[in-house]
Amino acid sequence: MTTTHPGGDSAVVLAGITKRFPGVVANRDVHLTVRRGEVHALCGENGAGKSTLMKILYGMQQPDEGTIEVHGEQVRFRSPADAIAAGIGMVHQHFMLADNLTVLENVVLGAEHLHGIGGRARRRIAELGRQTGFGIDPDAVVEQLGVADRQRVEILKVLYRGARIVILDEPTAVLVPQEVEELFVSVRSMREQGYTFLFISHKLDEVRSIADSITVIRRGTTVGTADPRTVSNRQLAEMMVGSELPSPETRESTVTDRPVLELRSLSLRSADGLRDLLHDVDLVVRAGEIVGIAGVEGNGQTELVEAVMGMRRITSGQVLLSGRDLTRAGTLARREAGIGYVPEDRHRHGLLLTQPLWANRVLGYQTRRPVARRGGWLDIDGARRDTERIVREFDVRTPGIEVAAAALSGGNQQKLIIGRELSGDPAVLVASHPTRGVDVGAQALIWEQIKDARAAGLAVLLVSADLDELIGLSDTIKVMLRGRLVADADPRTVTPEELGAAMTGAGAHERGDTGNDERGHGAAEGGER
Amino acid sequence: MGTLRGRLLPPVLAIAFSALLCTVTLMVSGANPASGIAAMVTQVGEGSVAVDIVNSAAVYYLAALAVAIGFQMNLFNIGVEGQFRVAAVTAAIVGAAIDLPAGLHAVVVILTAAVTGALYAAIPALLKITRNVHEVISSIMLNAIAAGVIALLIREDMFGELRGSNIGTHTIPESGWVGGIGFGDRGTLFGLVFLVLVIGVGYWVMMNRTRFGFELRASGESPTAAAAGGVNARRMILVAMLMSGAVAGLVAMPELLGRDHTYLITSPAGYGFTGIAIALLGRNHPGGIALGALLWAFLDKSSLALDNVGVPKEIVTIMQGSIVLSVVIAYEVVRRVELRAERRRVGRQLGANGGGTGNGGATPAAATAGGAS
Repeated sequence: MTTTHPGGDSAVVLAGITKRFPGVVANRDVHLTVRRGEVHALCGENGAGKSTLMKILYGMQQPDEGTIEVHGEQVRFRSPADAIAAGIGMVHQHFMLADNLTVLENVVLGAEHLHGIGGRARRRIAELGRQTGFGIDPDAVVEQLGVADRQRVEILKVLYRGARIVILDEPTAVLVPQEVEELFVSVRSMREQGYTFLFISHKLDEVRSIADSITVIRRGTTVGTADPRTVSNRQLAEMMVGSELPSPETRESTVTDRPVLELRSLSLRSADGLRDLLHDVDLVVRAGEIVGIAGVEGNGQTELVEAVMGMRRITSGQVLLSGRDLTRAGTLARREAGIGYVPEDRHRHGLLLTQPLWANRVLGYQTRRPVARRGGWLDIDGARRDTERIVREFDVRTPGIEVAAAALSGGNQQKLIIGRELSGDPAVLVASHPTRGVDVGAQALIWEQIKDARAAGLAVLLVSADLDELIGLSDTIKVMLRGRLVADADPRTVTPEELGAAMTGAGAHERGDTGNDERGHGAAEGGER
Repeated sequence: MGTLRGRLLPPVLAIAFSALLCTVTLMVSGANPASGIAAMVTQVGEGSVAVDIVNSAAVYYLAALAVAIGFQMNLFNIGVEGQFRVAAVTAAIVGAAIDLPAGLHAVVVILTAAVTGALYAAIPALLKITRNVHEVISSIMLNAIAAGVIALLIREDMFGELRGSNIGTHTIPESGWVGGIGFGDRGTLFGLVFLVLVIGVGYWVMMNRTRFGFELRASGESPTAAAAGGVNARRMILVAMLMSGAVAGLVAMPELLGRDHTYLITSPAGYGFTGIAIALLGRNHPGGIALGALLWAFLDKSSLALDNVGVPKEIVTIMQGSIVLSVVIAYEVVRRVELRAERRRVGRQLGANGGGTGNGGATPAAATAGGAS
């Protein structure tokens, strides 16, 4: 491990990094300097190119142009193994642990050559545990650990392999506020011991609280650095989006008094029967209304959406569509009854990736015109024609409708899905993160289409982690915390900061009294974990 | 699998590779590959070999189709073997026990076979749906059970009769036979070959033109996306296995009704496994499977000529095995290459512009980061 001398005090210097993918430039002329022993935040909106840049630094991708210096020496990483050898470790957003092994086994797995698998390894892990302040039992089985502890195991894995520069990819996305604070305590104490952190996030408050310096990346390129002590959230946000400033909505209420989607005390227990994933959720979405669900990820939004779609069996409660009870109906029956669905993960739930676009038009609509006829027959010509229409009206950039869905860029895939889900003349659209990971052009178009459909009387249930999207589009915002709707917010008056605070249970907006009550519940449950 | 090239290239590559491998093997073992190939080709013109090849291919075709129906949704029905044998013996017993007008008799026997095959396939399907038992495990075990069931059913004190040193079911009366097309000393083409053709066309229509076929393919490609699209996974498993079993039940019918008229303890087995190989080779496509079945039958039937020219006929087994192995690899390689090529093509056609992401030059849009928390 290089220590102090060459290359001054910079741990990592990226200069002129450019990375092209077919049809897309993911990174363009990126410059990033990380000083040794600091926490350096990399900020940017979804799809700005943060992840690609980190994959380049971690050796998972090779840059087309540009240089990487680590501790003053120019390096070329052909694989993560090279990066690890140079002292760089990455903690991924999605954990990569073997659930059925113990903490010790997970940490040692693949790094047996360092300290063996016996006593020496155990001592090294104990030592790292002391240094970082992680009190994890090395013999605990990973499947019994909570999310925060799993993340600690991931960090231990990286440190065990000798990393002095640690990349944390959106580490707080999966954590609840108390856990975030604990993570920050550990990060700060490790910084004192000389570790360098690259912290990827788009949560501005967190970034300002943990980082020593901030680099902002926008549309694939670095647009500047900021000092977290002096910069405001507003300024950071402006750097992240450029001059195209946020005014997602010219508001003009189209809300009617006709309830379309009604959820009555919806509850859902986890498979092991120990936790309530959803608890007594009551919700009404009216025609022409967009109801936004705000919440830190993992607080039951996914479960709520899947319960509405009939993909998860609820434990108790009712789902009604225009007064019709759909509680016992399957997913297809719900779709036929008029629920459109934009899933949060378009690859897993939205598309048949190897099938042509027109076959993807059929998915979810295999019983309805214009893609199907009576008696279980498909109408291939109808599907092709209607796909052409979607490509035209929703500006899906594709050479044709015969290409496989996998060949399109994320934004175009998403436009295809939105087009499909708005074609069946739905009564309600359930949209989960509809613009996640798409470029700004596609985002604007998707917003426009959703607003138009709302004006035409569509009811929309919108789940999003993008607070500006929520505030801009919604007529009503509900805050979800630990499987409950804990507060309401009025999008005309609420700020992202206030909403963010409500999401963490730190203080509910409006409806003050009940909000505070519910926060009490949340905190109590937090204590149990 | 987009282009025609993408479909045809892998099997051609695989066959070429295995031919090469066999040539080398023959040369190493001191035999003459050229004379071997010549002998196999001329063998097709001999006696009834050509007709035998078609008859045999029809049987393989059914077995492969049965496997392919499961493959479409990633169900590995390795139990086609057991399903077809249980169906064959049941149909033979029923056929011998009833007495119906010609034509109707055969129809009843065929339906019996299909229903029996489907019922036998329902066992692994139900186990998978209700108890999450993997269909490979349960259907392999059911193959072993099938052998026992057959041995039991054709005992003399059950439904069988002793013929010399062999034992089998009673003979089906002539009204239950399905006549063939005679070519004199060139052999007789099974009448049921035409039924097989109809089933092949029906399979294509089902896969490409019906909701059921679409749901089957969607489930195979992405169970999660299919579920989000309203496909009931458990129902699909059950129906796909029943259909697979029904087609498997028909496998022995051309031989039973067209030639043997009785099911013997020594009646041919192993078609179910051949079917797996041919389904892989034909990539579950009805046309591909047909070519695969003909190739397989050709290799089987004309290999008999190899011994005459001093080439061990076991070389054919090597060739069949290496075709299957290499075709699986070739399909995967070609699939990846094609996908990459298509991505590039899409990127090129859309004119990758230097700046920005994806649609560069996008309309100025409102967008901010997810605020604070």
